[in-house]
Amino acid sequence: MSRPFLLALFLILTPLSLLAGVAFGSVDLSLGEVMCALAGKEAGLATDIVWQLRLPRVVSAFACGGLLALAGALLQALLRNPLADPYVLGISGGSAVAALAAMLFGLAAAAVNLAALGGALAAVGLVFALGFGRGGNMVRLLLTGVVLSAGFSALISLLLTLAPGAQVRGMLFWLMGDLSQAQAPGLALGVLVAALALAWWQANSLDILGLGELKARSLGVAVRPLQLGIYFTASAATAAVVVEAGAIGFVGLIVPHFVRLLGVSGHRWLLPLAVLAGGSFLTLADTLARTAIAPQQLPVGVLTALLGVPLLLFLLTRRT
Amino acid sequence: MLRAAGLNLSVPGKVLCRDLNIVIKPGECWGILGRNGSGKTTLLHALSGLRAPDAGLVSWDGKPLPDYPRRELARQIGVLPQDEGHEFWGTALEYVLLGRYPHSRGFGITDGDEEAALAALQQMGMADMSHRTLITLSGGERQRVRIAMLLAQAPQHYCLDEPLQHLDLGHQAEALRLLQRLAVQEGKAVLMVLHETLWAGRYCDHILMLYDGGRALAGSAAELMTLKNLEELYQCGLREIETEVGSYFLPA
Repeated sequence: MSRPFLLALFLILTPLSLLAGVAFGSVDLSLGEVMCALAGKEAGLATDIVWQLRLPRVVSAFACGGLLALAGALLQALLRNPLADPYVLGISGGSAVAALAAMLFGLAAAAVNLAALGGALAAVGLVFALGFGRGGNMVRLLLTGVVLSAGFSALISLLLTLAPGAQVRGMLFWLMGDLSQAQAPGLALGVLVAALALAWWQANSLDILGLGELKARSLGVAVRPLQLGIYFTASAATAAVVVEAGAIGFVGLIVPHFVRLLGVSGHRWLLPLAVLAGGSFLTLADTLARTAIAPQQLPVGVLTALLGVPLLLFLLTRRT
Repeated sequence: MLRAAGLNLSVPGKVLCRDLNIVIKPGECWGILGRNGSGKTTLLHALSGLRAPDAGLVSWDGKPLPDYPRRELARQIGVLPQDEGHEFWGTALEYVLLGRYPHSRGFGITDGDEEAALAALQQMGMADMSHRTLITLSGGERQRVRIAMLLAQAPQHYCLDEPLQHLDLGHQAEALRLLQRLAVQEGKAVLMVLHETLWAGRYCDHILMLYDGGRALAGSAAELMTLKNLEELYQCGLREIETEVGSYFLPA
């Protein structure tokens, strides 16, 4: 499939997925009701549901999905490793430890979010200092991230063990990624736009970085500043998601590969397509998570994996 | 013109190069010979600006390499490093197009870039594979695409680290003829690390021999490519077999 065709396809798919997210829920709204509510024509239950509940959540889901796909694509380029995902460098681990500790102490949701942000930033700083420090290289950066992630995992298990039974469920939801608390999509959306613009501007350099550091430098790419830029851009994207919705797995790993398996190469196309695909994917997964066994909600992270694994396996076997 | 003055290079525990002075002029084709680990690659990196020397200065057209803006330097000096492996999912043509990066202004790929990339693939005999995905090519085909990327970069000075890697005999000769033509006919300078003494003697007009301990011997190929020099260089007994196309050196 040609790249302009794919772009058109995803540009159509995106509003459709957003619309589906707004229309479906524990109260089903007809398309007419949704349209009326979106136009803001009349006050009523439908308008409230759309504007207060569904739209913020749907936009959050789209922004988070886009951010995760972008962060995944960036880290795969930075580490030159197809297994990289937004969490490989320990951001979610650091964030989770802080957020779960805040939950354990019974802090309010806002404080938990703040703790999540603090934990994410602390992990970013720690990995940066240890991995990029004197004589640092990308292998050391990757190993530093992986080792710290393992340490955070142990702390997370410890916190789960210490937590009283009633709290464990909330903690597990946080760990699996959950958009039910996501009501303020502005920050995530802002970070998404800024991060995509920044990364897209460097798209050619990202392609060249894939050739290896020596070759990239010989072609005139400022490799170290580029690596730092990618690291912090991907970190900001991941941190924004983790604060908004916890650690939603799998989107950041598979969406960039999904787009590549459709035949897209070159970051100039890969990055925007991955953002659109990731956003739509997470929006649909979250809609399913809200409606599958409504009024009960499922953690969206479970659904992203359950939907994504067969899809990617199918594409992988088809390609080779 | 590339000039190295008072060049010192070392890696931890080993001096690779001591007070080296060389001048590489347009139209010259240089081969760097030496044993494994003698510092050929490190020297190539220093001479192309990828590595700062411990002491001394490398300059291009009278201006020290670090004083050049990165892309400007990449338009003057191009490098084929040893294969670092790659994360590249596109076609051979898209790969070669990345070599145009130093010439790009802003963002887009121009028709001129595409022409240059196709011409480079053509020169390496890879034109009909330009739309193949890079990962589906064989090792030798990929090496030819890598060289094509350097041709598309179109620098004034070519630095190549073992350019014959993975190439069969016919393509080795073809690649060397092409590089020699770049030097002799188009006035570019070529500097390459080689292990094949037959090729070095036949296609290089200048040789730099890098001995263990940091001693180097630089000069015309005709003078330096002798049995005695090569035996000392490779620390290995050799036999010379003269043919009408040059001398073979075989382990005795």
